[in-house]
Amino acid sequence: MSVIDDLAGPEVAGDSPRMIDPGRAPSDRVFHGVARVTGLSVLVLTGSIGLFLGYQAIPTLHRYGLSFFTESQWQPELDKIGISSVLVGTFEVAAVALVVAFPLSLLTALFISEYAPARLRSLLVSMVDLMAAVPSIVYGLWAFFLLEPNIIYLSRWLHRYFGWLPIFQVDTDPRAASWAQSRYTASAFIAGVAVAMMVMPLACAVMRGVFAAAPIGEREAAYALGATRWGMIRAVVLPFGRGAVIGGTMLAMGRALGETVAVLLIISPAFDIKFRILEVGTQTVSALIAGRFGDATSAQLSALLTAGFVLFLITLAVNTVAAIFVNRSRSGAATEI
Amino acid sequence: MHVDEDRPRDLRRRTQDDVLSLVGSASASLALVWLVFEQMLAWSGTLGFVVCWYVTFLALYAGVTAMSHPRPVIVDRLVSAAVHAGAGVAGLALASTVIYTFVQGRAALGHFNFYTHDMFGVGPQAPLTQGGIWHAIVGSFIEVGIAVCIALPLGIGTAVFMTEVGGRLSRIVRTVVEAMTALPDILAGLFIYTTLIIGLGFERSGFAAAMALTVMMLPIIARSAEVSLRIVPGGLREAGMALGASQWQTVRRIVLPTAKAGLATALILGVARAVGETAPVLITSGASTLTNYNPFKDPMNSLPLFIFSAVRSGEPLYIARGFGAASVLLGLVLALFLTTRFLARDRMTRR
Repeated sequence: MSVIDDLAGPEVAGDSPRMIDPGRAPSDRVFHGVARVTGLSVLVLTGSIGLFLGYQAIPTLHRYGLSFFTESQWQPELDKIGISSVLVGTFEVAAVALVVAFPLSLLTALFISEYAPARLRSLLVSMVDLMAAVPSIVYGLWAFFLLEPNIIYLSRWLHRYFGWLPIFQVDTDPRAASWAQSRYTASAFIAGVAVAMMVMPLACAVMRGVFAAAPIGEREAAYALGATRWGMIRAVVLPFGRGAVIGGTMLAMGRALGETVAVLLIISPAFDIKFRILEVGTQTVSALIAGRFGDATSAQLSALLTAGFVLFLITLAVNTVAAIFVNRSRSGAATEI
Repeated sequence: MHVDEDRPRDLRRRTQDDVLSLVGSASASLALVWLVFEQMLAWSGTLGFVVCWYVTFLALYAGVTAMSHPRPVIVDRLVSAAVHAGAGVAGLALASTVIYTFVQGRAALGHFNFYTHDMFGVGPQAPLTQGGIWHAIVGSFIEVGIAVCIALPLGIGTAVFMTEVGGRLSRIVRTVVEAMTALPDILAGLFIYTTLIIGLGFERSGFAAAMALTVMMLPIIARSAEVSLRIVPGGLREAGMALGASQWQTVRRIVLPTAKAGLATALILGVARAVGETAPVLITSGASTLTNYNPFKDPMNSLPLFIFSAVRSGEPLYIARGFGAASVLLGLVLALFLTTRFLARDRMTRR
């Protein structure tokens, strides 16, 4: 008894329970505070951009009203400003870019994840990442100097044999012996192909990442049932990666909507709403801002900022929907064997 | 009874049928298209020839396969041909871009003065032995350097805030940062132009361009850094805290060193993106021909801006200089990229 009494220690006056959670150490309080301040400042900095662009829209909408969205001309000296033709041009270039980039990125992603030899796979993934890292001005140079002189022949061929489609019409004669080359240059089609080169690696990387994560148990089950490789892809990989295919394409579209330099180098500005992509002359929002900011009065600057804000809202919406699709896909889910 | 057909086939190896039907279809279609295209119809154009050859190849390949294989095999082979062709086109586009840039720039790259002189006093029609892109290289270096000094601590600090501290505020920060990665590059430049240059009266300078680059880089670095930090296993953090370390000590000594390679990759990719951005610097820093070491005063040229103004000038020698600068830019991005590959490989072999 006395040994236990000795071991028990001195008597405590009341029966107060000990605090198990000692609270945060002082250094941790400082750490949390600093981290919180950093996060807040980044939030303020990045959030203020969106708010600032929106705030600038107010004087423009005040002055021009809803005609800002329906007017197609951009003539500041006549005080007629509107972004309808510019928005149409932006979507045309992005649509052409998507039509070219979507099959290429899907086929390349399938090639890297399914058909390429295993030891080449990481090299090919690096090549795709490298393609994404090449600066857009290099693609712009390539498109302007190498692609444009050669692709006008393709434009003329499309016009000649498919000119009955309204989008492929050009107001010149494709069968003439000395056909008007200048009517086919600087068009939305060429700009779209250049932008497609830039957005293809983005979509390809997203798709490939999800294709590679398709559960191997299901793949082997397909092969065991006698499927060919394409049958396995169609049954296992593509349904698994459906969200990534859609999401990757929408991410590519978001990037294509905002591309500036390549478009600026290629197109010749024209402010009319037309759906003829092979014809010379078009305009996109980013090229408009880059081309016009220099000699813009404060009212026109506000109008440019409003156009930029509209572009930002569209890009934001597209990217948000893309993120929903990518997250909703089955990636990460595996069959329990 | 002789049962020759009962010998089991090795499923992994390519059979003679696979190889011969492919090679045979390719050469037969080439010959056929050459005959019809060139000789009989007398059309012209390399692209048309290649497309006709590919379509004829697909038709012949399907026909040859149909003679001895069931329908699923035909579809499988056609899809395989399509996938290989698609990947080939993509690879060809990348190769042609890189090779074309270096080939067009080789005239300017050979001169030593190209790297050490600037364009002060050198007219657009001056020969390539005069002038250079030193001012553009210096300008790019200074602008990206300032942008990294601001964006890197803020980005990593935000990533640490989002992963370590958490809470409702961090969710809001994450949403806003992800939204800002969607910002078109021209709008970052326009934002800085309107606030700093018009609003606060700064002049168009290297500092304004650096600010525009910071605005562009910050969400990208923050998001990649957050992904790298999230990959660090929670068990390591818990082990640190179980040993009595405070959260700050855990982050400083365990989490950040473990994520070091991923953070370095995020930084280098951000730098590679920033060094090639043309649109923000186009608006915020004016182009000049002088070498300017002061980012706060006077316009500062940079590599993308130099390339942009050079190729729009229309003078062949000046365009050659532009391609030389584009080769330097491309080489720089390639070097940065190989560094990230090297860092990533280092991490895997050490494990």
